[in-house]
Formats: sequence, C-alpha cells, structure tokens
Amino acid sequence: METNRLPALLKQALLTFTVSLILFGPISGLVLEGFSFRNELTRAVVLAAFVTLGRVALSLIGMTAFGRKLAGGAAPSGGGVTVMTGEEKSSTALLALLFLAGIALPFFADKYFLGIAILALIYCLLGLGLNIVVGLAGLLDLGFVAFYAVGAYLLALGYQYLGLGFWSALVIAPFLAGLFGMILAFPVLKMHGDYLAIVTLGFGEIIRLVLNNWLEFTGGPNGAPVPAPTLFGLEFTRTAKQGGVPLHDYFGIAYSADYKFWFIYLVLFLVVCLVIYAVERLRVMPLGRMWEALREDEIACRSLGVNHVFTKLTAFMLGASTGGLAGVFFAVHQGFVNPTSFTFFESALILAIVVLGGLGSTVGVIAAALVLTILPELLRDFAEYRVLIFGVLMVVMMIWKPRGLVRIKRPAFFPSTTAEKTGSLPFAAKAEATR
Amino acid sequence: MTTPLLDVRNVTMRFGGIVANRAVSFSVERGAVTALIGPNGAGKTTMFNCITGFYRASEGQILLNGRDGPQDIGALMTRPITGGSHLVTRAGIARTFQNIRLFKEMSVVENLLVAQHRVTANNIVSGVLRTPAFRRAEREAVDRAYHWLRQMNLAEDANRLAGELPYGRQRRLEIARAMCTDPKLICLDEPAAGLNPSETRELSEVIQRLCHEHGQTVLVIEHDMGLVMRISQHVVVLDHGEVISDGTPEHVANDPAVVAAYLGVSEEEVNA
Ligand SMILES: Nc1ncnc2c1ncn2[C@@H]1O[C@H](COP(=O)(O)OP(=O)(O)O)[C@@H](O)[C@H]1O
Ligand SMILES: [Mg+2]
Repeated sequence: METNRLPALLKQALLTFTVSLILFGPISGLVLEGFSFRNELTRAVVLAAFVTLGRVALSLIGMTAFGRKLAGGAAPSGGGVTVMTGEEKSSTALLALLFLAGIALPFFADKYFLGIAILALIYCLLGLGLNIVVGLAGLLDLGFVAFYAVGAYLLALGYQYLGLGFWSALVIAPFLAGLFGMILAFPVLKMHGDYLAIVTLGFGEIIRLVLNNWLEFTGGPNGAPVPAPTLFGLEFTRTAKQGGVPLHDYFGIAYSADYKFWFIYLVLFLVVCLVIYAVERLRVMPLGRMWEALREDEIACRSLGVNHVFTKLTAFMLGASTGGLAGVFFAVHQGFVNPTSFTFFESALILAIVVLGGLGSTVGVIAAALVLTILPELLRDFAEYRVLIFGVLMVVMMIWKPRGLVRIKRPAFFPSTTAEKTGSLPFAAKAEATR
Repeated sequence: MTTPLLDVRNVTMRFGGIVANRAVSFSVERGAVTALIGPNGAGKTTMFNCITGFYRASEGQILLNGRDGPQDIGALMTRPITGGSHLVTRAGIARTFQNIRLFKEMSVVENLLVAQHRVTANNIVSGVLRTPAFRRAEREAVDRAYHWLRQMNLAEDANRLAGELPYGRQRRLEIARAMCTDPKLICLDEPAAGLNPSETRELSEVIQRLCHEHGQTVLVIEHDMGLVMRISQHVVVLDHGEVISDGTPEHVANDPAVVAAYLGVSEEEVNA
C-alpha cells in the first residue's frame, strides 16, 4: 500500500508545482519597468514551492484517520432541508436571554463596539429584507442597495425639504421603499433568473447615478446632512437644533455624545426584533408559503390558482420596505449620506450574507450578517487583505457547506384532535383554541 | 340530460406551422371519469394545457359549466392585467403534470396548504398577529390537508419532504394537492407513467374513490389501457391532433380506426 502511494503523491506534487508555476510565472515572476520588464522568476518558483508543500500536506492529512473523518463530516450531506418533528423543545428561554443581552449591550460596550453593533444590526435588517426576495421568493435581486439608498435619502432630503424627522422617516421609509420596489417590479417580474438579476443590477446603478448627478436636489457627491434623532421632543445634540429640548438639559445630566448611539442602538434593536418576528411568522403564513412555492415551481403554483405576478410583487415590496428601514438607521447613525455608500459592492455584500446564511434561513442570515460585519472590524490590521479573506471564506463555504451555514427547518403540522376523533374530545379542542 | 361540465368545441392549437390539435370537440360529463388517449405526440398534453389555461387555443371555445354558469376558459386567460392561468384554477379546474411538479423542498402538508391559499386568511396583519380567525382558517386548512392525505393513503408521510417520497406517492400527492383547490374538474396527465403494477393498482383505486365517494369529475390522459378500461366511463381518442373515436370503453376498443392508430396501419387499409 505504502509503496504505491508515494509515486501518486509525487505525481500530484509535480502537477501542482507545474500548474502554479504557470500561474505565478507571469503574475509575480515578471515585474514591469516602464516599457520593459525584469525577470524575478525565483519569486514565482518560491511561491509555487509553497503551494506544492501545502498540497502535499493536505494529501498527507487526508490519509490519516482524523483527516478522513474531517472530510467525511465536510461532505455536503442530504438536501440541507429537514422537517421538524413537532417535538422540538421551545427555545423561548434562550430567545428571552438573547433579547435581554441585546438590550443590555449598550451599558457594557464602548463607543467603538457599539458602532460596530449598530452596523451589524443594519446589515441584519438588510439581510432579512433581501432574504425575503432571494431566499424565500427565489428572485435574484442584485440591486437591493437601491432601496437602502431610498430609505437613507428619504431622511436626509425629507429633513432638508419637508422638515421630516427621524420618526416620521422611519414610518414613511417602508412605504416609499415598497413603492420603489413596486415600480421596479412591475415591468420585470415576467422575467426569470439571470434577466431579472441584470435588470435589478441596472436599477441599483440608476438610483446611485441619479443621487450622484442630480446636484441641485440631492447634493450630488457632496452628499446631504442628516438630522440627529429625537425622542418626544428631546434632542440628542449638545444644543437644541430641531426646536426641542436637549436630553441632558431636561434630565439635568452631563452631555455625552454616547446617548445618541445608545438611543439609535435600542430603537434599531427593537425594529430588528420586530422584523425577525414578522419574517418568522411569514414563513408559516399563506403568503410566505406561496413565496417558497413560487421559488420551487412557478408552473405548479399557477396550476393551483396562485397569482404569481402579484405574489412576487408582494415579496419584492416587503423586501424593499425592510431595506428602506435599514437605510433610515444607516443615515441617522452616520449623520450624513452620500452616494458612495450605495455602490454595487454593498448589494454584493448583502447577497453574500443571504447566500452564506443559507437561502431562506432567518437564523443563518442573522449569523452571517454578524460574522460579515464584525469579522472585518476584528481584522482591521489586515485591512488590505479584507476582500481576499472575504473571497477565500466564500470559496471555502461553497465547498464545505453549499447550502449555507444553517440547515433549513420546515415546520411540522398535525391535524387538530377534533378532526381525528370526530368531535369526541371537546376539552382538547378548547385547549387548542386558547393556545 | 344535464349539460356537460366541460365542453370543448372545435379547438385548434397551432405552434407556428405545427398543428397540435385540429378541430377537437368532446365533452366531459359530471361525476364520471373521462379518458383522453392516443399515441405519443397525438396532442393530448397540448389539449390539457388549453383546458387548464396554460395555452390559449388558437381557435375554438372551451366552456366550463362551473359555479357561475358557463365560463369561457380562453376569455379568463386573456382578461387584461388580472388574467392568467390561475383564474382557470379558481374557476374550478385543477391539474397534475406529466412530469411531476411538486414543491420538493417543502413538506407534504405545506404542499397541500399552498393549494388552499384561497381559503386561508391571506391578510398579512392577521397572520403576524395570529388573530383567532387566522388560526381557525389555518387549522381547518391543515385538517383538510390531512383529510385528502388519508384519502390518498399518504397520511403517514404528512411531515416529510415532498421530494423524498417514492415516485408513486409523489403522484398521489400531486392529486391530493390538486384536490385541495376544491375543483369541479380534475385533469390528470399520465398519472400511472413510471409506476409499478402495485402502485398502479393503488392509483386506480384512488381515482375510483374520488369518482364514487366524492362525486369528482375526472379527465385523465393515460397510456395504460388496462387502467383506462377499468376506471373510465367515456373515452376520447386523439391521433395526430384529431379526435378519431369517442364513446364508451367497449365502443372505442372495438373501433377499427383506434386499432389502426395504435398499430400504425395506414388509413387506406382501414377503409379497405
Ligand atoms: N410548446 C410547443 N411548441 C411547439 N410544439 C409543441 C409544443 N407543445 C407540443 N408541441 C407539439 O405538439 C404535438 C403534440 O404534443 P403533446 O401534446 O405533448 O403530445 P402527447 O399526446 O404525447 O401529450 C407534438 O408534435 C409536439 O411536438
Ligand atoms: Mg403528454
């Protein structure tokens, strides 16, 4: 056994070395100098040797029992979807604990960490919104950032032209973003897959370009200022700017810029919790089921009397509304908006959150949003390699867990006792009704 | 004599130069099983697609004498903005597909719940707040789903993924799903294709139960002649897009034109 493994290993090593030499040769072996170039082929050879060593090491690990176990566990098993048994323990206690921890966070975290937490929650919101469109309804939307921009600019421009404050923007944003979603969706919902992706990509860019070029209205690349939030007329700035009373004066405490971020965090946290609840409910509601059914098979849906255009429209609008909400929080947190925050890279990032989380899984999306926003902050020292690490992470994930971080669980349904026993158990029926 | 449930009048369906159906006329009586048979490529599935509103017939009329008097299927589809094949289902025609189309990554019960979207409370607010009316509608829908699962001998699979069921069960699940739309007419496209003999027997029992116990009108495309003769009261034979025979199973089985179509004899020989 051992004897015929060695030649195979050598062959593999040679192949790896050759391929990486071909790759690295032109990339790192030739250095441009004006119109000529200099040979640095030793560099390429060293790099290729490194890759070969890595490859051999991987093969060696793969031969050990431990390695085989690792590979076996990593292999994508099953479809990634299971149906619950209906006997799972309720996780209310855990959820309550998480909720309390979330509420208590500002009292422990420093300002820097709170900023990251706010950003992470904003991406949670964006991920949840896009998850409705991509994960549940199966419509590939590459321009989601447009709705995010609508929410953010609603607050900035609404304040400038109409005197809107944080709260009114928070109420209006879902509707306005939903309206934009509808305007985009109406002409494109007859399209599928790739075509839809291209159109939405274009839409996202159009919104950004309009914001960038309509100087008189949006301020163009210079952006627009955003007012600080208020709470029942109390303001979070040092001196009142929106006709209210500064918070610290009202309560007679010292001024601190942190109050504003505490406030934003708490409101945002509550909104995220509400959205999570709504999305979780939607998944077991007729509308959410129709979205998922549409993703699975549109023709079958039509044969069941589902109005597919209308159903897709609702998914698009609700997703857009959530994006709009996130935009308001982003704007109020930054205190300033400009078009560079709403590039295609943002759309791609949000899509990555949804895909990594496992299309359609709420828990997965939240986890992915937290990881993808907090990780880059922790890796600040490697800022140059951020996108590289990001890419490697994606590749590894797609090999290791192509269906996303979290396995999707489908709810179980059982007949009500009355139907089964044909009305012989009135007590059980009552218990069911009061639940 | 009562009016037939479905009346197909002179329907022609063209795809560019290809004529898939030419002046097809037949009717489907209430409470009976009507079979549509014919060699491969005869235009049976195309006829189904016209009846269920997936295609708009090039010529002719398809009338459903359903809940609200006679309704023209073609007119439902071409109704501006709101029109489409989903209206045909709402008018009372449900169908299954020749190549099974289930929601594979959803559970069996969920497949049936999607079919009942018309009767469950579809209001977002009531669903998020879980109002009593919402919960009652939802509970009734689950009970109805279980009812049809029991009728199709599928009750023990209720909480499995639809995609992981064996083929024969997937076929029956598709029928259960169609029944959950509460149809006047159910159209089954080759329900026995790919089934083994015992699965086929179970299927024929299920179809007969639909017809006898629930008074369901069934229109079925099938190649298995044994099954057709066993379950149907009325057989329509298509060949090259035209009706070549129409009548009771005995009449059709003894019709020389049908024998010729199936055995590939040319028309001159039949007439001779
Ligand atoms: N969408 C379509 N476009 C063009 N030709 C079609 C289409 N659908 C069916 N046909 C043609 O119509 C004829 C009848 O097909 P079909 O109805 O599927 O036959 P079957 O009786 O086997 O179900 C075939 O010749 C087929 O090629
Ligand atoms: Mg066919």
